[in-house]
Amino acid sequence: MNGETVIDIRHLKTSFFSKKTELPVVDDVSFSVHKGETLAIVGESGSGKSMTALSIMRLVPTPNGEIVDGEIYFNDRDLLKQKEKEMFKVRGNEISMIFQEPMTSLNPVYTIGDQIREQLTYHQDITRREAHQIGIEMLQTVGFSRAKEIMGEYPHRLSGGMRQRVMIAMALSNNPQLLIADEPTTALDVTVQAQILELMQKLSKEYDSAIILITHDLGVVAELAERVVVMYGGQVVEEAPIDELFDDPLHPYSEGLLNSIPKIEGTQDRLDSIPGTVPTPDNLPVGCNFVTRCPYAMELCQQEEPRLMDKDSSRKVRCFLHEEGIATDGQQHRSS
Amino acid sequence: MTTYIIRRILMTIPILIGISIISFGIMQFAPGEPTALDLDPNISPEDREEQLDEMGLNDPIPVQYVRWAGNILQGELGTSFITNRDVGSMIWERLPNTLVLMISSTIMTMIVAIPIGIISAMRQYSARDYVFTFASFIGVSIPNFWLGLMLIIFLSVQLSLFPVGGVGTLGGDFDILDRLHHLFLPALVLATADMAQMTRYTRTSMLEVKNQDYIRTARAKGFKERRVVYKHGLRNALMPLITMFGLLLPTFIGGSVVVEQIFTWPGIGHLFLESTFQRDYPVIMALTMFGAGLVVVGNLIADILYAIVDPRIEY
Repeated sequence: MNGETVIDIRHLKTSFFSKKTELPVVDDVSFSVHKGETLAIVGESGSGKSMTALSIMRLVPTPNGEIVDGEIYFNDRDLLKQKEKEMFKVRGNEISMIFQEPMTSLNPVYTIGDQIREQLTYHQDITRREAHQIGIEMLQTVGFSRAKEIMGEYPHRLSGGMRQRVMIAMALSNNPQLLIADEPTTALDVTVQAQILELMQKLSKEYDSAIILITHDLGVVAELAERVVVMYGGQVVEEAPIDELFDDPLHPYSEGLLNSIPKIEGTQDRLDSIPGTVPTPDNLPVGCNFVTRCPYAMELCQQEEPRLMDKDSSRKVRCFLHEEGIATDGQQHRSS
Repeated sequence: MTTYIIRRILMTIPILIGISIISFGIMQFAPGEPTALDLDPNISPEDREEQLDEMGLNDPIPVQYVRWAGNILQGELGTSFITNRDVGSMIWERLPNTLVLMISSTIMTMIVAIPIGIISAMRQYSARDYVFTFASFIGVSIPNFWLGLMLIIFLSVQLSLFPVGGVGTLGGDFDILDRLHHLFLPALVLATADMAQMTRYTRTSMLEVKNQDYIRTARAKGFKERRVVYKHGLRNALMPLITMFGLLLPTFIGGSVVVEQIFTWPGIGHLFLESTFQRDYPVIMALTMFGAGLVVVGNLIADILYAIVDPRIEY
């Protein structure tokens, strides 16, 4: 790992409360992202990826959701200890977020220009005119040739791909240190997906922002990310550099995910899939969360919960299969 | 935009014609006639027939309608059977009172309903929300004549806080404070039901908006709650409210008939009731058409506002 750490998440736990039962949707999640790095969080729907992202922004839906435990160090400040007032300066300024649904993520009653300028003038001490100029430049950066006209357009006049570009332009307009992209290409068609990914890759280099890319598409991961965090049932089950994960997945779930990718070569009749679905937070099994779907499940897996531990300097895994002979001090798994 | 407005205005013409035919018919089918009340009871049946002939009331109804419509088109509202005065000037001198009442009620409704609706929605299922919900059900359920009478009894008669009725102190000079003092209770009573309804509509509308993706975007951009709610939420929540507003406007006419009666407010609602009792057909028809016009104008305003607030609407 090189470069300084931009964000360091430790033992994050976010829960939803219904009546008096606590349903953990993010459970003991730890990882960190360095400057200029792209970290991917992968997992099926319901694995807690989006909630992790919203927890970083401290935008977990109220009143039911709540961050229960953990620390999120951003520039050596614990975001979870900041007052709400401080968070207004962080969101959209130091940490920006792009969402899955470009069609509905822009406010339909304001022009693109209004929305970009608002974000700029809100966080920076500049005039409307300067903001307008920066807005045009940002739109050009994300690939609009008619940037000036686009500033005056309403969102409904733009396609999904264009709106996502606008979202990216808006997210990057204040030069954030961290960009969280929550499934930025899921709602777009395939050709547009490639363009958006390319754009994000280009911009992350240009702006030297760290990126947390949330996706369930391993193709996207391979394209963009340097490191991958695999989440399952609200927990991190594996963390690895991208190549190592693809070559040699440690956790049975990661293996299952990789096997589910259709392969062009070879004669495969059926597509592999992981049997079953992600258990809901109120229905997690005793022991390992993955035990009900794991092909290698042992007796131990049904009794105890494995801990996330370092496999080597760059890899972590939460599985008993890899536990023998390794110090299992789950409290000190922060990478250095 | 201009062509859109012109087209909308042209579309109202058949509506108004339809309304006029129906209300003219219904009015004629109602029992009683203008001669029944006002004239000498000892009048001979022959003289009475002559009277009706003179008024044109013995002609077939379609003939009467065409004659009336012809006059209307020439801007001639007719002469009152009872007062023998020009209907136009009778309405004209009472119209300002009613408009003042209606406009104040509208403003009151908006000022109260929108903020309360927003608070209710943003704090859904909180104690405050329940209190407002309860209050608005009461507001919708209370008949305005009863509320008016109760307010007069308690606030005006017993506590002497407000005048019992009228637009201003009799014999006094024009005094804006005095006028407002007289205006408050009637406007409040007229507004109560609409306030309650609008609160509910605002709440529903805002509840829908608050879970939209663009609200989450606004939060993620670091905006403070107030900006998120009022700038990014409210404008979107306004759209269904504008439609409701267009529909509520005409209810003021019905409401003003009752409220003006209770507060002896010399407006057109008062006039409407009087003329109906006296079968003063020209006045009734003129006021009905005025009401119909107001409905049409209310909807027109709503459509235009709609197009202004929502850029997605093409015309």
